[in-house]
Amino acid sequence: MNMSATQPFPALRTQVRAAAADSGAPAAVTGVPKMRVENVTLRYGARAAVEAVTLPFYSKVITAIIGPSGCGKSTVLRALNRMNDAIPGFRIEGKVLLEDRDVYARDMDVISLRRRVGMVFQQPNPFPKSVFENVAYGLRVNGMAGTRAELDQSVEQALQQAALWEEVKDGLHRSAMQLSGGQQQRLCIARALAVQPEVLLMDEPASALDPISTAKIEELMFELKKDYTIVIVTHNMQQAARVSDHTAFLLNGALVEFNPTPQLFTTPADERTEAYITGRFG
Amino acid sequence: MNTRWMRRSVDGVFITLTGFAALLILAMLAAILGNIVLHGWERLSFEFLFSAPRQGMTEGGIFPAIFGTLLVVLLMTLAGVPLGVAVAIYFSEYADRGSWLYRWSRQAVNNLAGVPSIVFGLFGLGFFVQFAGRGIDHALYGGRLTFGQPALIWAALTMAILTLPVVIVSVEEALRTVPQSLRDASSALGATRAQTIFRVVLPQAMSGVLTGGILAVGRGAGEVAPILFVGAAYFLPHLPSSLNDQFMHLGYHVFVLSTQSPDVEATKPLLYATVSVLLGLTFLLNLVAIAIRTRLRLAAAGNR
Repeated sequence: MNMSATQPFPALRTQVRAAAADSGAPAAVTGVPKMRVENVTLRYGARAAVEAVTLPFYSKVITAIIGPSGCGKSTVLRALNRMNDAIPGFRIEGKVLLEDRDVYARDMDVISLRRRVGMVFQQPNPFPKSVFENVAYGLRVNGMAGTRAELDQSVEQALQQAALWEEVKDGLHRSAMQLSGGQQQRLCIARALAVQPEVLLMDEPASALDPISTAKIEELMFELKKDYTIVIVTHNMQQAARVSDHTAFLLNGALVEFNPTPQLFTTPADERTEAYITGRFG
Repeated sequence: MNTRWMRRSVDGVFITLTGFAALLILAMLAAILGNIVLHGWERLSFEFLFSAPRQGMTEGGIFPAIFGTLLVVLLMTLAGVPLGVAVAIYFSEYADRGSWLYRWSRQAVNNLAGVPSIVFGLFGLGFFVQFAGRGIDHALYGGRLTFGQPALIWAALTMAILTLPVVIVSVEEALRTVPQSLRDASSALGATRAQTIFRVVLPQAMSGVLTGGILAVGRGAGEVAPILFVGAAYFLPHLPSSLNDQFMHLGYHVFVLSTQSPDVEATKPLLYATVSVLLGLTFLLNLVAIAIRTRLRLAAAGNR
């Protein structure tokens, strides 16, 4: 079957070009990755959700993982900070490395791993506490709160980084539940940033938000890219094309293609990638 | 046509029957409460509430019984609620559903809930008084009778075991209502399981934990059978002052007044008044607890 005969979405192409033009030359897939998964197979009971996937995640780069529902993209993401551990029957083969440390090694402290590899979830999930206490939570549980002045400063800094400070600075002690959905999600980002992680995992962070809030989150990701390694899972291809530098396409638990985003979206190497991004399935 | 009429009238009959059943319940409650309050009202007074029985319980008040009831309920709560919360936390947060410990302890809780309260009383006598109490006496008091007799502490502990299933089940339900996403958020920030439980899950579930306490108190305050053999006294000239003292109890006092009185006619108004107080106290305990819970819920709702 010849896929290239079909014309891809013209709109998508334009957006990809725009994103590529913004960030200058497309980032090359080279250098030493901050995190990587090597030949990883992830199982729930007998079923393999992900099979033999190898992927690098580079510092100061946004890597998007795309693919249809159930392709295993969230499972891969959750393997990076071991959020799958609590699921009964979960097993992993292969290696997940943070710099050169095996994340699943027996002497790996999960608590400190999660401090270094932060996570933002699909649904905004602030604690039913004040805005301040939400951001302070990670600092407190990790013994990083310090003096009151230091804590105040860390909280402000995290809220600044998440572009939320101006909106909440007069209501820090109001309940986080009173914020809008988009604000709540940025609060969750601030909460994750407060403990100074090195990697930020985002599991469809904008899928529950309206377009304006989504745009704010994407803008924020561009800013955060300067300091962090960001991995985002999304089912929204336009979003992947807009924000990411590298894109991995997963299908039925297998990695189909990993390439710089503009390349993957304009000249996909695999027929199945092309079929997916042109909307023929998924 | 005929069938439709038939179906409608069947419906009508059922509405009438079920409605009548509901009315019957209302009538029963009204009859019980009305009878008690009407007869008990005239004897209720400040003096009745705050003085001791006199003249072979045909005069005076019931203060020692009120005091004893409150004390045993308080001690029961202190002993039972923390244990019940601990079990509920284990069940809801830690236990592996397939493990033998979970399955067997879960079954134990279910069975505990079905044991008749008089059996708890006998268990309390056998285990706490005869075994634990005597053991303590031998070990610490050189065999002198101190804890090896019916006492406040044993009654409270017996009652705590009786109310344990109520506490466990309601606290567990409360813990289950805390969204998994909050636990995930907490552990993704590097919090330990314990930090997550104490800083996120329990505060969220607090109103449910209190409900567990309320239900336990409500159940415990009215029970007589479990304390019959392990500490409730027929009459005491003084208030209990230590954990190994016996105590008077409203429920037991009602039993005493209605079966052991030398002069039935003289005791009757006292009996009515005592029952009114027992009911009032149970309602009051529940009301206080419900008020606390409502305030917590409103505070939580303000968060939304």
